[in-house]
Amino acid sequence: MQQTWVGGHQVPHPETATGLDHRKVLMWVFLGSECMFFGSLIATYLVYAGRSVVGPFPKEILDIPVTSVSTFVLLTSSLMMVLALAAISRGDVRGFRVWLLATALMGATFLGFQVFEFNHFVHQGLTPRTNLFGTTFFTLTGFHGAHVTVGVVWLLSLVGLSFRKGHVTQENSLKVELAGLYWHFVDIVWIVIFTLVYLIGVTTG
Amino acid sequence: MATIVQALRRPTSYTGWWSWVTTVDHKRIGILYGATAIIFLLLGGLEALIMRIQLARPDQTVVSPEVFNQLFTMHGTTMIFLAIMPLNAALFNFLVPLMIGAGDVAFPRLNAFSYWAFLGGGIILNLSWLLGGAPNAGWFGYANLTGTAFNPGHGIDWWVLGLQVLGIASLASAFNFIVTIINMRAPGMTLMRMPVFAWMTLVTSFIMIFAFPVITVALVELMFDRFLGTNFFVPSAGGDPLLWQHLFWIFGHPEVYILVLPPMGIISEVLPTFSRKPLFGYPVVVFSGIAIGFMGFGVWSHHMFTVGLGPVANSVFAITTMAIAIPTGVKIFNWIATMWGGSLNTKTALLFAVGFIFTFMMGGISGVMHSMASSDYQQQDTYFVVAHIHYVLFGGSLLALFAGAYYWFPKITGRLLHEGLGRLHFWLTIVALNVTFFPMHFLGLDGMPRRIYTYDPSMGWDLWNMVATIGAFMLAVSVLVFVFNLVTSLRRGERAGNDPWDGRTLEWTVPSPPPAHNFDTIPVVRSRDAFWEEKHRRAIAPVAGGSGRMDPGEEGGYRPGHDPRHSTIHMPSPSYLPVVVALGIVLAAYGLVYHLALAAVGGAIAVAGLYGWYMEPASEPEDTGQ
Ligand SMILES: [Cu+2]
Repeated sequence: MQQTWVGGHQVPHPETATGLDHRKVLMWVFLGSECMFFGSLIATYLVYAGRSVVGPFPKEILDIPVTSVSTFVLLTSSLMMVLALAAISRGDVRGFRVWLLATALMGATFLGFQVFEFNHFVHQGLTPRTNLFGTTFFTLTGFHGAHVTVGVVWLLSLVGLSFRKGHVTQENSLKVELAGLYWHFVDIVWIVIFTLVYLIGVTTG
Repeated sequence: MATIVQALRRPTSYTGWWSWVTTVDHKRIGILYGATAIIFLLLGGLEALIMRIQLARPDQTVVSPEVFNQLFTMHGTTMIFLAIMPLNAALFNFLVPLMIGAGDVAFPRLNAFSYWAFLGGGIILNLSWLLGGAPNAGWFGYANLTGTAFNPGHGIDWWVLGLQVLGIASLASAFNFIVTIINMRAPGMTLMRMPVFAWMTLVTSFIMIFAFPVITVALVELMFDRFLGTNFFVPSAGGDPLLWQHLFWIFGHPEVYILVLPPMGIISEVLPTFSRKPLFGYPVVVFSGIAIGFMGFGVWSHHMFTVGLGPVANSVFAITTMAIAIPTGVKIFNWIATMWGGSLNTKTALLFAVGFIFTFMMGGISGVMHSMASSDYQQQDTYFVVAHIHYVLFGGSLLALFAGAYYWFPKITGRLLHEGLGRLHFWLTIVALNVTFFPMHFLGLDGMPRRIYTYDPSMGWDLWNMVATIGAFMLAVSVLVFVFNLVTSLRRGERAGNDPWDGRTLEWTVPSPPPAHNFDTIPVVRSRDAFWEEKHRRAIAPVAGGSGRMDPGEEGGYRPGHDPRHSTIHMPSPSYLPVVVALGIVLAAYGLVYHLALAAVGGAIAVAGLYGWYMEPASEPEDTGQ
């Protein structure tokens, strides 16, 4: 249940100065901070773009068609997330489970593509140690993948919790909304990475 | 796992030393921050004294060059991350919920976690002395001095890991205070009625959440270079050491404001109270603080004038840096105008506040001198910069923190600090500070570089180095006087009562020390300086029952049972999980250096702790069915 603290007293309904739940404000502030985190990683990538001393270079190794597929899957998962939140908001727990599982599954598919891609690159002779491209590429996309992984675990935990009475209900759909905010953020970051590293990256590097 | 969590649930004691480990009370956490920070302050001071002994005369060999490098690195890192920041955090914790009329922070367990992670980071950094040598590349850790090729020992590893853990602690704390201040203000406490200290806490927290991720990324890159063999800062592979400087100072300059804005908030509380006048130009002071927060992100390259960014970049950063002096100057004029015509109550807190204005202004002026790129070419990496930073951080931050200590010690402990010892402390500090750091301007203009472990007698630097060392010992004495005052006043100090200074802000409406739940009823705020207004209005026209709910405090500052909804007091329960998660993170950090198995164990402990945390209700539901 929603709990909040006012004057040291637990009261059953939120009484905040803004009317927003603490956790929601926390999530927005956290995502603001994450912007600077990914911003710094992306800046590092851009600063070093085209400055590798030895190959493989992005042009030789990045596979736009394959990554376009995984990008499509990840972006579609955001739609599933929206449907999951809509379902729980109207009290449809079963629909919620279906859509949230679909979201997690698509996230996992994206991660599968990433594992495949990393593996393929290593076989092609590109590791984080090979050159600046490898160093920055694996760090940036690796941190994004780690965020997706956390998201998938979070979503699956919510599905699991929904089987325990009173944990995920219409009244506390905020739990789902918070996971959704995080999930959409991670997707948006991927749009930036895909554009800069893949679409623009292959034309320049 | 769930059964383990069940079996260990849940600490119930509110007394004894274990209760301090499991506490989630913002006031106790504030005290923990303060006590720990004072210990680190003494450690950092000791490191400074050893350096001053080594430099007192030319050609000395008190410490080796290797140890000297470790001393200045640890001195800077300790004072910034383990002394001043946590002293600020101590006041955030203790005061902000009280000032805005809240029962606690928004996330009490996250708050406890912040403290334990901070302690863990401090331990990682300081144990390095015993584990093969402390870090030695300066507090800014310039690449590629930190690369494995030039720095093969573990010192830099401890520095990276310690700072990462401290970063997690700072971020968690900043998130918490932003939500607390945005969301937990009492009815009527609009943003523009908030005490300036709460405002500066908010601004500082926002700076932290935007600046810390940048240093986190820089440290991750350095960590990958050291542990995984990546090429971020390896020039032979095309890596650029300048990238480190950019990332570090994009964090590093805002960090200066993280250290200085909360002290500015303290000054903005102390001056009005002891001048018995409202703060002059409150909105301007607040907006100046916000402006400083924004502009602080646009000046970082003034630390890099001599690396060759070119005249355009140097000019731009010179101008932005000069511009940031404007809001700072505005604040100084507002403080002076606050005292102007006031009826000054010259207690120790006010003395320190006035001392702050003068010495901080001197640090600010030498800062403007650095902002002129052409002038900076002469000053870069000399003792002139050392003088500047110490006027800002000692003459600025620490003097304000001392003012805050004399002001709020009675609220925290219920007893006043000894006034005579306080005056002795003040005069010793203000003299010693100038004897120590002013001669460093001369040394710097004479060409003495920073971070050298000794110098030749023919350089002509003997006199002022000796003077600075004498000053440093006087400073040490003054700090000991302060610690003596703290310890003796804690036991024998005069009883303070709720409101010893005729305070303006809500913390003075509750008993000293405040009860665990802070306010028996939520105060209702009708104006800025609400408590003053309340007392003042009563004095003029004593209306029975007068105020709605905020109470003037003579009878204990609250009216029990006023609001029937709050007839039972129910506090967030203590929890051991914050300590468990922090412990897991610290173990994982040690594991990264020694054995990955230990890192896995630490990670597992942290994850299990987080799981338990998520499942554990914020308070044990004794009387509700939640
Ligand atoms: Cu700066």
